[in-house]
Amino acid sequence: MRQQTFYDVIREQGIPRRDFLKFCALTAIAMGLGPGGDEAVAKALETKPRLPVLWLHGLECTCCSESFIRAAHPLAKDIVLSMISLDYDDTLMAAAGHQAEAILDEIVTNYKGNYILAVEGNAPLADDGMACIVGGRPFADQMIEVARHAKAVIGWGTCAAFGCVQAAKPNPTKATPISKLIRDVPVVNVPGCPPIADVMAGVLTYIITFDRLPDLDRQLRPKMFYGQRVHDKCYRRAHFDAGQFVESWDDDGARLGWCLYKLGCRGPTTYNACTTIGWNDGVSSPIRSGHGCIGCSEDGFWDRGPFYDRVVDMKQFGVESTADTIGLGAAAGLGAAMAAHAGATVVKRMLDGGKNKGNEDGEG
Amino acid sequence: MRQTAYREINDHEDISSIYIYEAPVRVWHWLNAAAVVALAVTGYVIGTPLPSYTGDPSTVYVMGWIRLVHLAAGHIFAVLWVMRIWWAFVGNSFSRQLFIPPVWSQRWIDGLFYQVKWNLFLVSKARRYSGLNPLAHVTMLVAFVVPSALLVITGYAMYAEVAGHESWLYALFGWTSHITSNTIDLHTIHRVCMWVVLAFMVAHVYTAVREDIVSRQSMVSTVLSGYRLFKRD
Repeated sequence: MRQQTFYDVIREQGIPRRDFLKFCALTAIAMGLGPGGDEAVAKALETKPRLPVLWLHGLECTCCSESFIRAAHPLAKDIVLSMISLDYDDTLMAAAGHQAEAILDEIVTNYKGNYILAVEGNAPLADDGMACIVGGRPFADQMIEVARHAKAVIGWGTCAAFGCVQAAKPNPTKATPISKLIRDVPVVNVPGCPPIADVMAGVLTYIITFDRLPDLDRQLRPKMFYGQRVHDKCYRRAHFDAGQFVESWDDDGARLGWCLYKLGCRGPTTYNACTTIGWNDGVSSPIRSGHGCIGCSEDGFWDRGPFYDRVVDMKQFGVESTADTIGLGAAAGLGAAMAAHAGATVVKRMLDGGKNKGNEDGEG
Repeated sequence: MRQTAYREINDHEDISSIYIYEAPVRVWHWLNAAAVVALAVTGYVIGTPLPSYTGDPSTVYVMGWIRLVHLAAGHIFAVLWVMRIWWAFVGNSFSRQLFIPPVWSQRWIDGLFYQVKWNLFLVSKARRYSGLNPLAHVTMLVAFVVPSALLVITGYAMYAEVAGHESWLYALFGWTSHITSNTIDLHTIHRVCMWVVLAFMVAHVYTAVREDIVSRQSMVSTVLSGYRLFKRD
């Protein structure tokens, strides 16, 4: 029997070809493909068999799944869930218990080297992984086992990519990013807390369309979505260059849509597509709704607070000290020391001078 | 006699002056000072910006100009360092003294402690040196040369973020992201180093003036004329 393609599935579900082509065009644009990109996407989805995807959940909050099922295009829920053959996802699947776990073995055996492993969350390693047990076993064991024969591993969200909140200092469960545990299989990080739904869909579509992984940067993020900083494409950037900043919430600057830099916006140090793609069908994004970026797609963002200050805490020097408080403190201390030193120098010279000149103009 | 940079001028020696700082080093010193001041002022207000300007952003470009001055001064700072290091190779022995602390010399180590004592008023006579005294030498290395290097590296690493991951700057400085996975750390390191250099600058000016007065050797005029003058008492 011919294996079902994505196109077969959506036609079965009664989705018209016109909508299918719209999706292809939108996805091609989101991925930055040139003219003809939409046709390449359409052709791939019409001819290539659906790719089995195993979606494991480790130490996480399921916000990635929540984001994913809200992929922006009107048909995205159907499209994305039919484009791949989502064979295992303990949050969404009907099967449970041994029945569910059996699917993992089945896919790994039948599709060796030809399935995608998507991991949401990460693996805690402390206490033999007791903080996250799936099917009676530590999650780390399950993940490493399933990853071994995968075509590629996608790390959904900042949890999988960098550890996220559960890896915040002191990281009691030793939550560990998946790229540090998986060897010999390429890993794609799709950070964000959660990642943008259309970015997640775009990464999957790219892999299916071109049968290879997208170009990745040093932190294994797809360049097409994480190649630029939020600051670079921010629609408030003109106000940054003008030096027009929101000084406090609800002031005139906030009403005029000025730059949120002074209220701690992490746009200049955050790589993500929020300002271009937007959230919830492009309705808005954090900055567009008047709140600075907190840098949720960056490594260790949770340990670099406060979110409402540009000059961030340096925990090495105690709670709530920043480069500026330390610098000003050191400068003040140094100034006081030098004033005392200069005073002592003057006094000493006067005393020495008194000694040299004898009693003539002594203590007087 | 071949000039060695690190040399104590003994009390019995009757030397009135030594030519230490050649013109390129003196020019470097003052241009560098100007660049550091410009960088610190603009850098401070980039991290904690000035009160907002009103007006249409099509005509207002305050932060843009501040950044331009900062970036331009930063390039000058870096180029000056390249020039200074080059001069350490081709200049006189004093020009490379800064980069090579003679830690193997027992007398130098002793001089370091002696200089600390001198600054704590525990000894009454300053030792006289042809080039840098050991304490000044260590301070300059730790509180100026090292943070300057970090400033240049983190500065260009941040500029690489602006220029984009396809830029030659990122090719040269992108490795920093292996150390500071979150680029906000670059900003933090950059700012801490700024404070260290500012603190150094304050101490540097104070010490130079004070030593000039009390240590039997010239400081302030030396970096203008190049000649260090010595007094016997």
